[in-house]
Amino acid sequence: MSMIHNADNRSFKPWSDKQVTRMAATAISRREAVQRTLLGAAGLVLGHHVNLRALAATPSPKARAKSVIQIWMWGGPSHLDTWDPKPEAGSDYCGPLDKPIATNVDGVRISELMPLLAKQADKYSIIRSMTHGVNGHETAAYMVQTARAQGGRDVFPSVGAVVSLFKGYQAGYKGLVPPYIVLTEPQGRFSEAGFMGARYKPFATGGDPRQTPFAVEGIVAQGITEQRQRGRRDLLHKLNTLEQALPNDPQLAASDQCEKQAYDLMLGDGGKVFDLAQEKDEVRERYGRTTFGQSCLVARRLVERGVPYITINYKGGWDTHKQNFQVMRQRLPEMDKAMSSLLQDLSEHGLLDNTIVWWSGEFGRTPKVLWEAPWNGGRGHHGQVFSAVVAGGGFKGGHVVGTSDAKGQEVKERPVYPCDLVGSMYELLGIDPEAKLPHPQGLTIRAVPSATDGVTMGGKLKEIV
Amino acid sequence: MIRSSAILAVLLLGALPGSAAPALALNPYESRSDAVTRSEIDNLVLARLEKLHIEPASLCSDGVFVRRAYLDVIGTLPSAQEAKDFILDRSPGKRRALVDKLLERDEFPDYWAMKWSDLLRVKAEFPVNLWPNAAQAYHRWIRTAIRENRPYDQFVRELLTTSGSNFRVGAVNFYRAMQNKDPQTIAQTVALTFMGARAEKWPKEKLAGMSAFFSKVGYKCTSEWKEEIIFFDAGKTNAPDTNCVVPATAVFPDGTTARITADRDPREVFADWLIDPKNPWFTRNIANRTWSWLLGRGIIHEADDIRPDNPPANPELLAYLERELIASHYDLKKLYRLILNSRTYQLSAVPRTDSPEAEANFAHYLLRRLEAEVLIDALDEITGTTEQYSSAIPEPFTYIPGSHRSITLPDGSITSSFLELFGRPSRDTGLESERNNRPSADQRLHLLNSSHIQRKIDQCRMVQYLTQGKKTPREIATGMYLGILSRFPTETELQNVEAYFEAGKMKPREAAVDLAWALVNGAEFLYRH
Repeated sequence: MSMIHNADNRSFKPWSDKQVTRMAATAISRREAVQRTLLGAAGLVLGHHVNLRALAATPSPKARAKSVIQIWMWGGPSHLDTWDPKPEAGSDYCGPLDKPIATNVDGVRISELMPLLAKQADKYSIIRSMTHGVNGHETAAYMVQTARAQGGRDVFPSVGAVVSLFKGYQAGYKGLVPPYIVLTEPQGRFSEAGFMGARYKPFATGGDPRQTPFAVEGIVAQGITEQRQRGRRDLLHKLNTLEQALPNDPQLAASDQCEKQAYDLMLGDGGKVFDLAQEKDEVRERYGRTTFGQSCLVARRLVERGVPYITINYKGGWDTHKQNFQVMRQRLPEMDKAMSSLLQDLSEHGLLDNTIVWWSGEFGRTPKVLWEAPWNGGRGHHGQVFSAVVAGGGFKGGHVVGTSDAKGQEVKERPVYPCDLVGSMYELLGIDPEAKLPHPQGLTIRAVPSATDGVTMGGKLKEIV
Repeated sequence: MIRSSAILAVLLLGALPGSAAPALALNPYESRSDAVTRSEIDNLVLARLEKLHIEPASLCSDGVFVRRAYLDVIGTLPSAQEAKDFILDRSPGKRRALVDKLLERDEFPDYWAMKWSDLLRVKAEFPVNLWPNAAQAYHRWIRTAIRENRPYDQFVRELLTTSGSNFRVGAVNFYRAMQNKDPQTIAQTVALTFMGARAEKWPKEKLAGMSAFFSKVGYKCTSEWKEEIIFFDAGKTNAPDTNCVVPATAVFPDGTTARITADRDPREVFADWLIDPKNPWFTRNIANRTWSWLLGRGIIHEADDIRPDNPPANPELLAYLERELIASHYDLKKLYRLILNSRTYQLSAVPRTDSPEAEANFAHYLLRRLEAEVLIDALDEITGTTEQYSSAIPEPFTYIPGSHRSITLPDGSITSSFLELFGRPSRDTGLESERNNRPSADQRLHLLNSSHIQRKIDQCRMVQYLTQGKKTPREIATGMYLGILSRFPTETELQNVEAYFEAGKMKPREAAVDLAWALVNGAEFLYRH
């Protein structure tokens, strides 16, 4: 969990200076704030709704994206059963799912279990030639989510840690909600922050957005009424004898500031972003009353508040070694409903233009179905080729990038490596490719991976940017 | 004692002409007693404060002292009984006796092995491949040395000169717990750890000259998986493919050229130069660090950035500590004792000045947030709950039984999300600043409202015990204050607690849970003070 102000000013200068400024900013009264105007070279305007992002970043002309919603398909769903159907390969490959459906984009067809997404195909592009060749969950998940080669001395930060660093408080994000959120459980078995350290880790909400209330860890406590929370806070303040004896201590003032932020999330407006009761029932229904569906709705609400990076860790049982098709029939409709509603909703709210939606697992699945026991129609891990989907934030919709071969075994045209996709996202987010990541030993590591970092590249996604 | 306080009063009045000495505030942190004799440390600190016209804080109260001494010396909260016994003890030498007792507790080597493991980078993996077995052996060696109170110069000499297997001879892991094993990196690590110097800022030739002492460190594998032998490799030459070219002549950092015969391990030559009492860096580094660990700030600040343009705030004080350490033959416990028994150490954290120089000159005790490990251990102790610690580094996967305290964890790779959240150091660099004790909003959220902490407080053994029978809110509050804050509550605090128990028409248990919650969330619990 890395959040709001780690009132730390040692390890990474630009970040902490902003934090310190922010702390000073929040410490003064609104009236004072309005009275002040420009403060120093940073050009911070206090008490006004000025977009600091515009001041702090030097975005490239292509940079439109402000937020990313990563739909993380943990387990690795089958590409053949989702975005790259192969009915012509025969039932040993496509199983019973042999009737792909047309989408609202000419010539693009997807799984028959995703009819709602078929109607939104103009909003997203499908990459059918993702590849890294790795078939182990951990390593593949690491490669897809860090865009770096595995091995070597450094453990790299995930895309979420990098984006929340460059698009978070440093870039003028002012929300109380942390800049990197995971719904609901941490990805685990993979260090999100890598060498950047624990404070760049995501804030994992815990709880279940399907339930009321959505018990976000630390923000919404179960079994403690708001009245009791307030009573407790009063008691805490009455008994805080040491603070009364040390009224001018800067450390305690910083700690108080953190406490205020915490309470804004717990009892104030900050945490209301997680309160789905504020949404109309019909909206909640449209997304589906599933954990994934309601997570998508929370993600839309977070994007509305400017949160730069949200991962929906979709533990849908996609690791279908056994009974793949039963799982697909059960799970894909839920995904279809939620993801299509998310795209439509983002679009209707005018948010899709500056929000990237990125759907991917760590790999695809073996195209040839394992019919024999104990698999009974299962599919194994397949990193040679798999599909990913991107939408919004400057990515064109309605395109297909690359192809797999007739049976979905190998890349046929235009291999796309994780770093190509991630590099394209960074470009759209306006992350300076020359920007350095904070490294504990001060090594020079650029935000955007390049061939010199030992990663294999197929080239940025110029086709759809 | 009367004499010394009279001198103090005279000094203060002399230092602050025209300002009447303010009456001592009525709070539970300060003491009017002068039961602590002025030592040479205090003379040197007061002389400096006088020059700066800074008034020192009052002596801390017994309640503050018992808590502070436990936390600073053994990283452990005193139990309610221990706190109460100490506060009620009427013997005049009780503070000195407590210091003596704590220095002999089992937690002393636990806590200081943790501290040294940060500096010596004891961690199974990333970015250093030390491996779990070796990390355990390394930690065991460190803890044993501290338990035996091995003279510090011997401790360092062994770390620098030992050869043998990483799994069997713990000390050799000093040469493995580095990201690169080239002579220059080794020299930088040695300079940082034992000279408090940032050698990367030195002139190139100086670092190169020191590197030559580490150009014959050999590493070789054995038939056992991941075993590595560190040895004196007399025939080692600069590998042609490394960028790091090391000069043939070894030069000590003071500019003297070393004469080393081919059959002599240059590490030994360096170690003997380093631990010589006349060495200008060696004693200064450890004296200053020890002071900073106990007082919260080095006389040279930061404690591991000693250089000519970063002078000590009080040179006489540092020189005195150095002399004492040399005279005691590097007995660190004696140095601890000397510092802990000083009035300066025992000053209250409540400043009696707003001078910006007060902190750097030790006019009061410095507030510091508890380290992640100490904090979670204290919460476990109060609530009677346990934590799970594990390491994701395989061979073997490490799970630690719930009864283990986090200050005893041998390996930085064995961790928990709480430890990470509260800024446990990553043990990558050995820099003191790696430990991050600064507050963050997510830490506040976690303590105020997470299910993890709620669960602990709900199950709190102290709450259960205190709400049995028909105890009054005053009795409950007294028990909890002793157990959590290591002191008796004030009358105002008792009235506030009573009002809380009565106002909400709450069940006593619920109110007691809320009280425990409020006390562990207060600054007085979260900080050393």
